[in-house]
Amino acid sequence: MNKEGTVREKVYGTPKLIDPTMPPFPACPGCGQPITSKIIMEVLEELGIEGKSVGIIGVGCAGTTFHTAKIDIAMAAHGVAPALGTGIKQALFDDVIVFSLQGDGDCAAIGAGYLINAAARGDKVTVFMFNNANYGTTGGQMAPTTLLNQVTTTTPTGREPVTYGYPLHVPEMLATIKSVAYSARGAVNNPANYQRTKKFIRTAFQKQIDNVGFSFVEIIVACPVNWHMSPVEAGRWIEKEMIAEFPLGEFVNLSRIE
Amino acid sequence: MGEEVFINGNQATCWGALNAGCRHFFGYPITPQNEIPEFFARELPRRGGRFVQAESESAAGAMLFGASAAGVRVLTTTSSPGWALLQEMLSHISYCELPCVIVDVQRGGPGQGTVRHAQTDYLSATKGGCGGYKSIVLAPVSPQDCHDLVQLAFYLADKYRVLAVMLSDGILGQLTESVELKAIDFGSLPPKDWALKGTSHKGGRFDHIHSTRGIVPPVYKTIVEGLYRKYQEITDAEVRYRTYQVEDARLILVAYGYVARICKEAVNMARAIGLKVGLIQPITLWPFPYQIIRQKATQAGKFLVVEDSMGQLIEDVELGVEGKAEIDFWGMTERHSVGELGMLFPEGVFEKVKRCYE
Repeated sequence: MNKEGTVREKVYGTPKLIDPTMPPFPACPGCGQPITSKIIMEVLEELGIEGKSVGIIGVGCAGTTFHTAKIDIAMAAHGVAPALGTGIKQALFDDVIVFSLQGDGDCAAIGAGYLINAAARGDKVTVFMFNNANYGTTGGQMAPTTLLNQVTTTTPTGREPVTYGYPLHVPEMLATIKSVAYSARGAVNNPANYQRTKKFIRTAFQKQIDNVGFSFVEIIVACPVNWHMSPVEAGRWIEKEMIAEFPLGEFVNLSRIE
Repeated sequence: MGEEVFINGNQATCWGALNAGCRHFFGYPITPQNEIPEFFARELPRRGGRFVQAESESAAGAMLFGASAAGVRVLTTTSSPGWALLQEMLSHISYCELPCVIVDVQRGGPGQGTVRHAQTDYLSATKGGCGGYKSIVLAPVSPQDCHDLVQLAFYLADKYRVLAVMLSDGILGQLTESVELKAIDFGSLPPKDWALKGTSHKGGRFDHIHSTRGIVPPVYKTIVEGLYRKYQEITDAEVRYRTYQVEDARLILVAYGYVARICKEAVNMARAIGLKVGLIQPITLWPFPYQIIRQKATQAGKFLVVEDSMGQLIEDVELGVEGKAEIDFWGMTERHSVGELGMLFPEGVFEKVKRCYE
């Protein structure tokens, strides 16, 4: 308390988990990845589970900020993060919190089989999928989450459904699997969505702490460089186009699985 | 003396893994190795271990990566088409220097091939897959070998932080013999202080195990040079083989796996009629025992490579001989029947030996 009698509380800063001696991992201007990773780090700290956690970084841009995290980290081959997480969880006889940070291509294309089978087994791991509607790292190709009519380097005239199919709704799909304890979709394009997404992420970790079942959160993130937009335009596009296709919210939230 | 039991090679592999302290198994059903995942599904839970039936060999490989990164001894077993699916993760595991053990109970290839025995994975096992890594490859010739060599595989994998592969086959997997069950002590090993288990278990120390670690310091070239220094160390120290009647041999057979048993019988038949014939049986297919082949090349003057494939082991024998002796071949085309049940038999090898000896 200062002399005027007001309480000053730090509400924004760098997570303690980031190693200040490491060079920051590069991200493009306006990218939604670092802010999402920051939320996950904050939640790990707030739940006090950072010391008993192992993070898995998938192949792609998702979660790359965790390369500078002062926690145990494994970086997976493309798509395999959920199975790799199961290996860690089993090896340590469940005395560990395991989470993966994956892009939409890593998680829903090359890794779809690993994701669905980890969910179907009810493996007690948490998967975070960063949805930016394209393959960011490799330069903006079509992803399973690419919107209809969206132009990417491999859908040069736009994604039309007869040739390229429809956008994949991953958390809705996972919600149909009985061993999934939690499945939600958030965004980080404005403070309200940021706070809501943080709540989703905390709930997903809590499901693992309580040993309920598989938990999953998709987070819509901006990719201004590959969308060929300014960061401000990208924020508007998320609001107008992406959230219209991918509704935010919780699709399943179970406290117990019979 | 350990307990003596009458079991097949697949079961012997399981007991060997248990005797090595392995309490984690991840695998996918594939013939002819199904007794192994079934054994662990039954035995591991009651021994405080964990079994997961993976959705594919690729997933089993990823689980292997995870469990090994967390510091435990872990096993997967498969057969040839599954061996193909594992290759991606084996390359990552090797690059990340994680100790893992794989057993490939070989069946006929290419592709789905047959569900019976063959020796068609030799080159892919010994020469390594994508990216140029090496695995220690051990070749059993009996259920007792399966039991003992899988324990050696765990020890060598931990000692060097490499992949160790035991290359069995469909015949050895089903061959039932008397096996002595015992834990083999190979000596002490360094602690796995690098394992991922959460920083609170390690006094705050954190570790990152990177499958693309070439993009962060230390630089890529340094990593690859380090790997190859280690491979050289293994080549210098870990070559293992058995010889049989080679001292005065003028014709030396080279064979591994079930075929080595057949060749030993053929050597006995040849010796009975006074032919000076011997056998070199590599135990480590990588590192390969080039030295003994080279030594015997001038003495014997002739080698006969016998393998249940169209010719893979023969490439290493050629490298060992360095043109100093003649090499003949007896392979899959000489099976007794054209169907997948076709086998090589001692009588056929003996006839070939007599022709070679002339």
